[in-house]
Amino acid sequence: MNRLAASPYTVVLAMAVVVALLPLALHSTFYLRVATLVFIFSLVVVGLNLLMGFAGQVSLGHAGFFGIGAYAVAVGPASLGVPSWLALPAGAVLAGILAFVVGRPVLRLRGHYLAVATMGLGLLVAMVFNNEAAWTGGPDGMLVPHLSLFGWRVHGPLSWYWVSGVSLVIAAWIAVNVIASPTGRALRAIHDSEVAARVLGVDVARYKLIAFVLSAVYAAIAGSYYSLFDGLVTPEAAGFLRSIEFVTMAVLGGLGSIVGSIVGATVLVVLPQLLTVFQDYEHIVLGLVMIVVMVFLPAGIVPSLAGVLRRKSS
Amino acid sequence: MAEFLQFAFSGLTVGAIYALVALGFTLIYNASDVINFAQGEFVMLGGMVTVFALAAGVPLPLAALLAVIVAVGVGLALYKLAIAPARGASAVTLIIITIGASILLRGVASLVFDKNFHSLPPFAGNKPFMVGGAALLPQSVIVLIGAGVIVLALWLFMTRTLTGKAIMATAANRLAARLVGINTGAMVGLSFAVSAAIGAVGGILAAPITLTSYDVGTLLALKGFAAAMLGGMGKPLGAVVGGLMIGLLEAFGAGYISSSYKDAIAFIVILVVLFAMPQGLFGRARVERV
Repeated sequence: MNRLAASPYTVVLAMAVVVALLPLALHSTFYLRVATLVFIFSLVVVGLNLLMGFAGQVSLGHAGFFGIGAYAVAVGPASLGVPSWLALPAGAVLAGILAFVVGRPVLRLRGHYLAVATMGLGLLVAMVFNNEAAWTGGPDGMLVPHLSLFGWRVHGPLSWYWVSGVSLVIAAWIAVNVIASPTGRALRAIHDSEVAARVLGVDVARYKLIAFVLSAVYAAIAGSYYSLFDGLVTPEAAGFLRSIEFVTMAVLGGLGSIVGSIVGATVLVVLPQLLTVFQDYEHIVLGLVMIVVMVFLPAGIVPSLAGVLRRKSS
Repeated sequence: MAEFLQFAFSGLTVGAIYALVALGFTLIYNASDVINFAQGEFVMLGGMVTVFALAAGVPLPLAALLAVIVAVGVGLALYKLAIAPARGASAVTLIIITIGASILLRGVASLVFDKNFHSLPPFAGNKPFMVGGAALLPQSVIVLIGAGVIVLALWLFMTRTLTGKAIMATAANRLAARLVGINTGAMVGLSFAVSAAIGAVGGILAAPITLTSYDVGTLLALKGFAAAMLGGMGKPLGAVVGGLMIGLLEAFGAGYISSSYKDAIAFIVILVVLFAMPQGLFGRARVERV
């Protein structure tokens, strides 16, 4: 039992079961909408966790990739005549290429220098969306047409629940595979010590780049889903606060934990929905929750609680 | 030439504020290894508390003093209640705590004050000096002199007083500092207080020019952080040079190239500098111990 619980594939299986059964419990479209948003953000955070939790590289600019995906499905059909179903993978490829090109010089930087460089990249992307109004509608954003897949018009909360839920399970399965592969071991070695990893013959630059590109592609796909689901995209999708939100989700849930990614995304998506009741106090409560959780569960919700349980049982 | 001077004046004014924020980042980082993303909120508190105290009839010098005291109190509370209890947590966890604190402070400020933009009356009138055909506002001169005085005072404090040296020792090696009898916890707390005071003064000086509102902190924290990194993290001189450089780049970028891409120009320069000098302008390469 213990070994089964520890296996990462069990986690993916459990996720699949939850995604499959959850609609039975969620009766209103409101709950389905919230669940869909949780899945979409989880998708970003699972990718970001590969980069931050396993490779140990911070990014304060992932909203830039999210924004590229979000605008690909808006600008593609509107200005370039590219249908949504093609614009979505095109956006993901574009984000991947951008990550690949800028990744090499940027990932040479360490720690906070890396943070400021990725922040700069994210801001540059957001600025393009803000200023190229002829293409993107500027600060007001633009409408996003519905997605049609083989004659199926993906529309409404239930359709998007399934698309995002299934995508998240697949994304988590890929992530788990990467972590269990030699690439995953190399990433963890880099996290522990870059010098030691290099001495052991790990091509540090290459593995960091793999994690960076993969996380960028995840973010872009999630961004496309987000704007297709919402029907509207604004430059805020690529904004600095979005990037901060992604990092907060990853750290709050727990770096290095796939379940943690989903828990972190759930907390930060659901909490503001609950807090709308408090209106003016929303930010105060949100800030307090972040501080209290991080002070008492410094490794993040999932790893810290798992540590407590392990100590109790032994 | 007049145009060039005009851009330089506005760049230096804004840059001086960035420099003060970056200096606050540097102080706290040196003492505690924490990147304090709530640094911009100290600037916000400085401006907002002064505006509201002034509106309540408190004379300007007292209002400014009150604002600095409030910011210092918040800085100390931030350290005592959120940073000190999380001692030993990873750097990124501490960053999230400071981001949480900044969201919290913004929420409190929007509630206690309001969500409008405010400005202070200029301290020395509105009549600009003409220098080489360019207009220089008296308030800009005050900002620059104020920032210069703060930097000088901080330098004297750090190098000439025992308390300042104790902070430096704490920054250099926490364990060794404790061994020679320095209360390192108090020194870290003190650096939060000093850093908050610097931010608040920056906010007060800038409020007549740049306006202030409950949410100005985020952008300032971002620029200040970028400035600190551009100069080289942990280098006070680097923070000042980095802040002035970003201010100037923005002003010249907006003036000569494109005002909607002025932030882009600053960040492209930062990226290029970091690619060439991964430790910033004044930073030295660190050797990683295995």
